[in-house]
Amino acid sequence: MKIENLHARIGDREILRGVNLEVPAGEVHAIMGKNGCGKSTLAKVLAGHPDYEVTEGRVMLGETDLFSLDEPDERSRAGLFVAFQYPMEIPGVTIANFIRAALQARLGKGEELDAVEYYENLYAKMDALKIDRNFTSRAVNEGFSGGEKKRCEILQMAMLDPTFAVLDETDSGLDIDALRIVSDGVNALRSPERRMIIITHYQRLLDYIIPDVVHVMVDGRIVMSGDKDLAKKLEKGGYEWVEKEILSAA
Amino acid sequence: METLTKSDFNIDRSTGDFRYDVDYAFDAGTGLTEKTIDFICDVKKDPDWVRAFRKEALRKFESMPMPTHWASHDLENIVFDNIRYYLSQGTEPKRSWDDVPEDVKRTFERLGIPEQERKFLAGVEAQFDSEAAYSNIKAAVGEQGVIFVGSAEGLREHPEIFRKWFGKVIPTGDNKFSALNSAVFSGGSFIYVPPGVKVKHPLQAYFRINAENFGQFERTLIIVDEGAELTYMEGCTAPKFETATLHSAVVELVALKGAKIQYITVQNWSANVFNLVTKRGLAHEEAEVKWIDCNIGSRLTMKYPGVVMKGRKARGEVISIALAGDGQHQDTGAKMVHAADDTTSNIVSKSISVGSGRSTYRGLVQIGRHLKGCKNNTECDALLINTQSRTDTYPAITVRGKENACQHEASVSKISAEQIFYMQQRGISKGAAMSLAVNGFVNDLVQQFPMEYSVELKRLIDMEMEGSVG
Repeated sequence: MKIENLHARIGDREILRGVNLEVPAGEVHAIMGKNGCGKSTLAKVLAGHPDYEVTEGRVMLGETDLFSLDEPDERSRAGLFVAFQYPMEIPGVTIANFIRAALQARLGKGEELDAVEYYENLYAKMDALKIDRNFTSRAVNEGFSGGEKKRCEILQMAMLDPTFAVLDETDSGLDIDALRIVSDGVNALRSPERRMIIITHYQRLLDYIIPDVVHVMVDGRIVMSGDKDLAKKLEKGGYEWVEKEILSAA
Repeated sequence: METLTKSDFNIDRSTGDFRYDVDYAFDAGTGLTEKTIDFICDVKKDPDWVRAFRKEALRKFESMPMPTHWASHDLENIVFDNIRYYLSQGTEPKRSWDDVPEDVKRTFERLGIPEQERKFLAGVEAQFDSEAAYSNIKAAVGEQGVIFVGSAEGLREHPEIFRKWFGKVIPTGDNKFSALNSAVFSGGSFIYVPPGVKVKHPLQAYFRINAENFGQFERTLIIVDEGAELTYMEGCTAPKFETATLHSAVVELVALKGAKIQYITVQNWSANVFNLVTKRGLAHEEAEVKWIDCNIGSRLTMKYPGVVMKGRKARGEVISIALAGDGQHQDTGAKMVHAADDTTSNIVSKSISVGSGRSTYRGLVQIGRHLKGCKNNTECDALLINTQSRTDTYPAITVRGKENACQHEASVSKISAEQIFYMQQRGISKGAAMSLAVNGFVNDLVQQFPMEYSVELKRLIDMEMEGSVG
């Protein structure tokens, strides 16, 4: 997964101003930054949100040029998954039917998902995430607590088995117990083939999901990268510390 | 935010949109005069009282104004002089598909009617333009004393039951189109279920318009005697013509003491059909009349199924789903007239408006001052898909008397581009995402349908939504 000189804007406002980032297979990278630095925008731009316009740069997903795929569903089927900070409610559509439709969309014409296998797989993943069985008949995200929404996102990720996952503020709105369950779920999905980006505002999540690399984003660019200790330094010194470091380096 | 464009919802009505040429033995020609009525009466060998009834109805039809002071002005585009009021190959329906003329049979075969009959129906009537081409009931059901025939045979062979209720639930002059139907009615079902007989499988009627510039005016009368139960289903399609086609039915239901009637409609007329239908049930003591009404096709539908609860503890229910695609107007609703103590009614209406489609809900609930223990619950929810869509709600609730209760809830929601984006991020195409959201919106109602019809409805919604999404 390689992001090269990515620029993107919403209306006249440029939000991403030359993002460069490479995530090798099997690695988990964290992106940290203040509110408004562009980290959530990065997730939406990768997914193909229609509000954003990419003005420059490219993103390679293995051998695939991500921007050669216009529609968000094409990018998803190419292996990209985004866990959203605020997942949408889809009234009347049950979780079981929703995930089933997503898996069905990955099959060829005339192929039908095996219902028995599907439910076995779904229940196994739910058990691992400590999700109650009756959850499957609830409408997607409708009336969910913050913790339930995040668990539902991780459940979808586990079921769709992406090669590249972006988790946007997965820790927000979680208490300690929920944070542990969600983190365990994410850690269980680490594999030599999968690449993940964890977007977070706080260092807290990174105590549970230990990243291989931590990046700091300021004003739509990655300004600093380092190992997991960078997150701790950031926590201690705050973003003023980053700004000072950058100035002294310049 | 990107708006969902019209072209995303081009509608595929391919299931019903085909036509085979057919020779008609009887054609009343275009236009409506006393001569047209005489032609129909002669072909059908109507008794004198029916001829008089029709002519009286014609006078009412001619004297009543178009209801455009409250209804759509699109009604003015119906040119009554250009319509053919009676077309048939003959008046006697066949009892076996083998006897149905090949040119008509292949239409119903393509629509899957004989297959459905074998699978899950207790009886079928298949109407082609003005008359039923086929009508049959399974032997076991007939042996229980259940009568299921066309309206003409009903009035000829069973006058003692037929005349007692015909035109009593919906008087000729109820509205301009009930008067029109009363003048030129042909086809439709007459059903009688004897006391205590619970018909296990549904009876079904299928209405097919095949001719251009044509009006179909079937007349259905269903009487379910004390403690008996019946489920009746109707489906309808027509090929798409350039010119307007008219469908104007009258359906009267009578549920005697403790009887239950469930009447299910899945209307999928092509987008040139004016569908102006009057449907009403009379519920006696402890009886229940339930209308399940799905309107997916047509250019303009005006239909407000009603229940008059005239006996104590009677129950009325209308469950309705309307889908107004580009250029369509679904003007639907319900009427609940409480005329006895402890009667209860429930209305749940869901409408979906797509593109320039328009949905209107009109509800009428009446509970008189002298009554007590009456309850009505009304819920109407509208879903709008893109900014051009329009929805209106006109509830008219008259509840008098202190010991009655009425509850009304309405909501309007949209499928947001954010929801579509979310579903697309999971790999679901835009069309499939729309379809999923719409099916989700009507999901709780669809669960009340018999299995075969919920599958059919889901398929129709999928087709509407997937259309030509590129």
